[in-house]
Formats: sequence, C-alpha cells, structure tokens
Amino acid sequence: MNTGIDVPQIQRFGALYIASARLKSMSKWRAIIAAVDIGNPLFYLIAVGIGIGVLVEQGSGTSGTNGIKYIAFIAPALLANTAITGVMDETVFPTIEGFKWRKLFFAQNSTPITGRQIAVGVYLAAICRAIFSVAMYYILLLVFNVVDFGISVLLLPIAVLGGGAFGAIILYFAAKIEKDDQFFNILGRLVIMPMFLFSGTFFPLSSMPIYLQPIGWISPLWHATELGREAAFDYGISNLMVGVHLIFLSTLVVVGIILSMRQFERRLAK
Amino acid sequence: MSKPLISVRGLTKVFGDLTAVDGVDFDVAKGESFGLLGPNGAGKSTIMRILAATSTRTSGTVEILDKDPEKFGPLVRAHLGVVPQQDNLDGELTVSENLFIYGRYFGLSKKFIKAKIEELLEFAQLEEKRDVKVEALSGGMKRRLTIARGLVSEPDILLLDEPTTGLDPQARHILWDRLFRLKEQGVTLVLTTHFMDEAEQLCDRIVVMDKGAIMAEGTPQGLIKEYSSKEVLEVRFGSDRNKEVAPQLSEMCERMETLPDRILMYTEDGEKLLEQIAAAKMHPTTSLVRRSSLEDVFLRLTGRTLIE
Repeated sequence: MNTGIDVPQIQRFGALYIASARLKSMSKWRAIIAAVDIGNPLFYLIAVGIGIGVLVEQGSGTSGTNGIKYIAFIAPALLANTAITGVMDETVFPTIEGFKWRKLFFAQNSTPITGRQIAVGVYLAAICRAIFSVAMYYILLLVFNVVDFGISVLLLPIAVLGGGAFGAIILYFAAKIEKDDQFFNILGRLVIMPMFLFSGTFFPLSSMPIYLQPIGWISPLWHATELGREAAFDYGISNLMVGVHLIFLSTLVVVGIILSMRQFERRLAK
Repeated sequence: MSKPLISVRGLTKVFGDLTAVDGVDFDVAKGESFGLLGPNGAGKSTIMRILAATSTRTSGTVEILDKDPEKFGPLVRAHLGVVPQQDNLDGELTVSENLFIYGRYFGLSKKFIKAKIEELLEFAQLEEKRDVKVEALSGGMKRRLTIARGLVSEPDILLLDEPTTGLDPQARHILWDRLFRLKEQGVTLVLTTHFMDEAEQLCDRIVVMDKGAIMAEGTPQGLIKEYSSKEVLEVRFGSDRNKEVAPQLSEMCERMETLPDRILMYTEDGEKLLEQIAAAKMHPTTSLVRRSSLEDVFLRLTGRTLIE
C-alpha cells in the first residue's frame, strides 16, 4: 500500500494538478499559440484600426466614438476578443478530446481526482492562456502607441473577465457534445463571428437597429468592451452600466462553472 | 480467511431498457488474481467501471477496502490502479511525462514519482522510449505503458479491462509475462477477458459471465472438471455432412456440441473415441484431440462460443 497518498490534499488541490497538466500540453504549442493570439488581432488592428480608421476620422472625426481615436476605440474589443478566442480554444478542444477523442478525462477520473476538479482545472488553464495572450497583445498596443501605460492596465483583467465569462458557458456546452461533427462549424460561424461583428466592436452598439442590439446585450464581448473603453478612455458610461457589465460577466462565470462541474461529473459517472 | 478486499452483492446496473449487470455476487481476496470471463456485452466492463469507483450502480452493495466506492470515490480510487479497455494516454506527451503527470494526480511527490518512473520503465520494457511521444508507440507498448501508469501509485488492487484485446500474439505473451510478475509480487489483480487462454494463464479464480449474470465460479481447472470432460475430440466432416453424421456420433460420447464448422465430442479418452469413429467407417476430413478448456465450459453453460 502506498502511504504517500494524501487524499484530503488532492481534494484541495486536484484542480490545480489538472490545470498544470493542461499547461504542460499547451506549452508544446506555445509558438503557435503566440502567433495566433497576437497575429490575428494585430491584423485587425492594422487593417481596421489604421486603415478604416483613416476613413472614419476623415468622415466624422472622433464624434462617433466619444472623442476616442478610432484605433483606440476598437483596441479594448480586440483585446477582449483575444481572451475569448483563446479561452474557447482551451475549453472546447480539450473537453471534446477529454470525453471523446482520447478520453483523457476518464484516465484523470480513475485517480482520486473528481469530475468537478477536472472541469475547474481545464477552466483555470484556459484562463492562464487568456492572461498570456492578452498580456502579449497589451504590450503590442503600447508599442503601437494605441494606449498609454497607466490606467489602461485595467484592460487586462477586464479582457480576461470577458474571456472567462464566455469560456465558462462554452465549457458547459462542450461537455454536453456527444457528436462533434458540426459543432465547430456552427460555433465558429454562427456564434463567434456574429458576436465579434455585432458586439459594438467596430462601432457603438447603439448605431445598430434596435433588433440587432440584443446580440450585443447577451455577448460577453460587448460587456467587456464597454468596460474596457470606460476604464482606459473614460468613455462616458454611467456607474450603473459599469455595475451591470461587471455583474453580467461575473454571473456568467459563476453559472458556467457550476453547470460545467455538474456536467463533467455526470458524464464521467455514466 | 481474512476479509476480502472487494465484496460485491446483488450488483445491478440498468441503462434505460438494458440490464447490463443483473444481480452479481463475488468476493476478491488479498493477493488473488480474479477474472471475469465472458463474451463482449456480458457486462464485464460495466462491473469494472463500478469497481473503479467511477460509475454508479442501480442497486446492490459494493465494498472495496471496506468502503462504498460510490460514497468514497476519491478515497477508494487512491488505492486502485486502473487499466481501461481503450488506452487513454496523452498522445502529445512523452512516455515519462505521461507517468509523471498521472503520478501527480495522486498527489505524490516529484521525488517519489521520478524514482518510480525508472522502476516502471524497466517493468514495461520502455526504457529506451522514455522521451518518445506516446503517439509513436506500437499498440503493445501503449498497453504496457497504460499498465505501468496504473502502477505508479503502488495500488492495492489493479483493475485490467481486456488487457490484451487487439494485440498480436507476441505482444500478448510479453504482457502476460509482465502481469504474471505482478501476481508473483502479490498484487491483487482483477481482470476481464474474453480469451479463455488468458483467463487460464493469469487467474486463480474466475467467474463465467453471460448477459450480465454469473453462470459459474471457480478455479479454471475446477470449472473444466465440473463442466467438461477430460478431453475433447474435434472432428470435421465438411460443413454439409457435419449435421448428417451428428446423430450417429452423439451415441458414441458423453456429450456433443455441433458448431457450424466442426463437431466437439466430450470424452475421457479422445484417441479411443477416434478409433471408434474409424471403426464405424466414418472418415472425418480432419480430427484433433485436445484437453478441455474454459471455452468448452462456456459452451456448455451458454450454448454459445466466447468469440462469435
């Protein structure tokens, strides 16, 4: 009998063991992760921020963006979107892999680790990825002189919160997937893409017809973007709305994690 | 006899309309090598997942090391090594990384695991593959690694679900040798198999299962003695004639089974029986005298062969 096994300790730290294993797997992809998470928003920043920004500012100056330069206006949204896509990669793929492709979760669950700890561990590792990617991207924003170092550092936790809110919910859905055939197509094209376009990313949400605005209201990206603009540039939204944004995102985190923990436990015990 | 490590009473598991396990009872003693033998779909894997403290049961009681695995999952799993039917290794990580990470899930110290890895790599004959990604290993190597992984925590009980299914004969023999060593070291083994030779080689005691229920229990030799004759004469007359000659043959032996491709005749003396057949001017195209096996026991109990 092995006397070195301390079950109470595993019950406390099991999720961290899972997260560290996930980070180890992720580290094998670090070059690709860095390239994707920085390259993709960088292209948007240059093409839309600089390119279209010229058109926007020639047309109406900064009157449509509450006095913020166009490139700065879209920066918080791109930052939050980086967090969202990063968290998505690290929740959806590992979860489907864990339950279906390689069945790694079943291996983890045959140790004292529980399904709930696996859910939390996967989530924590995804948050680590978001922190990494957002930090890299923030440095780029400083280099491009889009934001000044200072209060704009608040963009980092806000973007991570946005990614975390989306990730917690998507983790639950990924754990529900039995057939993965069309999941990625639908998620990418019918969820991520519209959310990216209609969350006040490139223009204020209020400039959309009212029937399109609900896409933004339910989108973690919009809430994180608005918060980011307020924090970094004093965008002029009310304290009440700041509270609403924070509560909305925090609620998604909590509800998503609880649902995910239950779903992981249930599916592993089948 | 000391208290059994595993005690199962009236175990039942229902999935929707299907009763996968139907009122199963058995005990496993410390140091014993215990096998569940039966065809695919007999409920063996379901029982294994319940013993592994990962799956719930519909009714009945299960005690592993005096604890109900459903209530004390993590506590019970701390003492188990689990080798699932399908290898679930992390293909992106190397052989030694897989062992290391799994050891960490048991909260073991890095120092302990590092020393253990050396021992396990030797046991699994994978020393030279330690830094190779698991994806690149052969099926037999992956299997040995999965078993080694199950041993990283020095478990009291090792659960093996179909340990050699899908392996070529050579890889199977290497694996049997490894498992036999564990048995000699006193590790309690519980394994499922649908290979009767595997059950005969590795198990001190087996239960024969079919359709979720236990048909018989005993030592491999004891079961053969109880449910079959000493020898079996297998004769083939060609698939058309087998049926024709069957009535005449059945009068010559204690018991007979007519399979699509051959006729099995149960007797104490196969050669003598073969002479009788020749004397009756019946000429089988091929004939074979062999000792009775667990396959014959299963056929007797269920009227079917293990692998269909």
